[in-house]
Amino acid sequence: MVRFLLTRASLVIPTFLGIVFLAFILIRLVPGDPVEVRVGERGIAPERHAQLLHEMGLDRPLYVQFFDYVNGVVHGDLGISVITHRPVLEEFLTLFPATLELSFFAIVLALAVGLPAGIFAAVKRGSLVDHVIMGASLTGYSMPIFWWGLLLILTFSVGLGWTPVSGRIGNDFFFEGTSGFMIYDAIMSDEEGAVKSAFSHLILPTIVLGTIPLAVIARMTRSAMLEVLSEDYIRTARAKGLSTWRVIGVHALRNALIPVVTVIGLQVGVLMAGAVLTETTFSWPGVGKWLVESINRRDYPALQGGVLLIACLVMAINLGVDLLYGLLNPRIRHKR
Amino acid sequence: MTAAPAAATAPKIVSPRREIWLSMRANKGAMAGLVVIAILVFLAVFADFVAPHSPIEQFREDPTNYLKPPVWQEGGSWQFILGTDDVARDVLSRIIHGARLSLIIGCIVVTISLALGIGFGLFSGFYRGVVDIAIMRFMDIILSIPSLLLSIVIVAILGKPDIAKAMIAIAITYVPHYARLARASVLTELSKDYVTASRVAGASNLRLMLSTVLPNCMAPLIVQATLSFSTAILDAAALGFLGLGAQAPTPEWGTMLADSLKFLQRAPWVVTFPGLAILITVLAFNLMGDGLRDALDPKLKR
Repeated sequence: MVRFLLTRASLVIPTFLGIVFLAFILIRLVPGDPVEVRVGERGIAPERHAQLLHEMGLDRPLYVQFFDYVNGVVHGDLGISVITHRPVLEEFLTLFPATLELSFFAIVLALAVGLPAGIFAAVKRGSLVDHVIMGASLTGYSMPIFWWGLLLILTFSVGLGWTPVSGRIGNDFFFEGTSGFMIYDAIMSDEEGAVKSAFSHLILPTIVLGTIPLAVIARMTRSAMLEVLSEDYIRTARAKGLSTWRVIGVHALRNALIPVVTVIGLQVGVLMAGAVLTETTFSWPGVGKWLVESINRRDYPALQGGVLLIACLVMAINLGVDLLYGLLNPRIRHKR
Repeated sequence: MTAAPAAATAPKIVSPRREIWLSMRANKGAMAGLVVIAILVFLAVFADFVAPHSPIEQFREDPTNYLKPPVWQEGGSWQFILGTDDVARDVLSRIIHGARLSLIIGCIVVTISLALGIGFGLFSGFYRGVVDIAIMRFMDIILSIPSLLLSIVIVAILGKPDIAKAMIAIAITYVPHYARLARASVLTELSKDYVTASRVAGASNLRLMLSTVLPNCMAPLIVQATLSFSTAILDAAALGFLGLGAQAPTPEWGTMLADSLKFLQRAPWVVTFPGLAILITVLAFNLMGDGLRDALDPKLKR
């Protein structure tokens, strides 16, 4: 067991170094050196230019710079934002709860709707319900989610006036000492209507971000269920006289969930990419919107740090899913 | 039409290509997708003749031409069937020309990523060892960054965003998928007798790679290509929406959406139709891709 955990975890190290290396060369590939990027179009005297390069350590050999960078990254130093002059890590951590909150509710929605829909479609295979569910999920899978968000805003915010257009909570609410998680803060604040306001801001972005994972989970659940339902042990369970729902809900679902769990793990990357679009559409103050703004402001350190952190996050969660998978499924654990 | 009864009385030998076609034809979704794609290709090829106006001409002479609603709404006219945008351009003509652009984007992105992916995959599979490890680890690293995020970064590195840079960026993020698929098929094929036979007969590595092994690895790659055709269109539109893809006045669907965001409340049609065009196109390619996958590779059937 320990051996499995260690082998799997050690495989991450080269990938991690590779990601750090990519992030490292990223800034060097940008046309113009960092000094020029920083001073912008004003121009700078050559002596001052050399001096700045020296101060930033950019006149040293590349490999020395790389080890310095790795050392910094490991110690949480991801550089300073050119625009706000705050550490990139600090900026990221301030905004990350907003993205995390949104992603959490999106994946909960995707599971709450996607799993039952997939199971139902598999059980009623070939029926009208199956076709409707599969048609809807392929449409969801093909959805340009930025446009989907605009459509929802157009219908529910502009047309019906049910939900706000953007932001995380109404302007009349203000909390001291916030955790960054708006729903939690609203519940803790005791302010009347705060929770309702927070949820009404959250609902459309959640639907938008959850759409693709929902579609993927529904499709995956259906196909996994179909595979399991045709196996002998299911026939045995049926022959024993178990109720249909017991056979499906207990016997079949358990095995069908194994591939579904992997797919859920893979959705983390999808969620992060989706967050960029969803947050831009709804002016949701999370890391996705921040990254797009960083590009537009040519804030390369922020972009570099942000991408590095998100890549590491995706990697860590995939590792977690793999390890969990090994714990749940002995066949994988013992495979060399 | 004599083929159908022939297929019904099964044991007759059907050529593989014919078999794929018959399987596709039985799949209603795939056929619907194919029809839509055929229409899109027609529109793209003959955009100059089909579109009622030029996609970039601004009809400023009449002040009511700005943000004119579609024909079925009050104030609409047959001159601009789907209405006009904020600078008095015809929305329908822009969408038709956008179809041309989207199909070109799909073709170029798929070609670049397929070529690079096959190259890496063949090398990895043939030479194994250090080459294999280095290439595959590099692919893993690319895969660990969410693809849209990576393409955003690549566009940012390349400088001032435009459609060509967006295509390169998207293509790079797809390479690992093809490389992995190609490598896996190469490894399966290499262990087969016909490869050994051809090696014994004195075929060079290059010949083995390109003319012996590669043709037998194409099925999963073709399926992946159709499926990534749709994601390429979607990703290009997403980059356009973020301002990192095609730039105005190029009639790219995502860029059209981004440009008309300000008019969302006043003129919903400038937002609705380009998005609908993206959805229909992507859906059509996904339907066809699914059908093709079932037809080409029954093992992958989901």
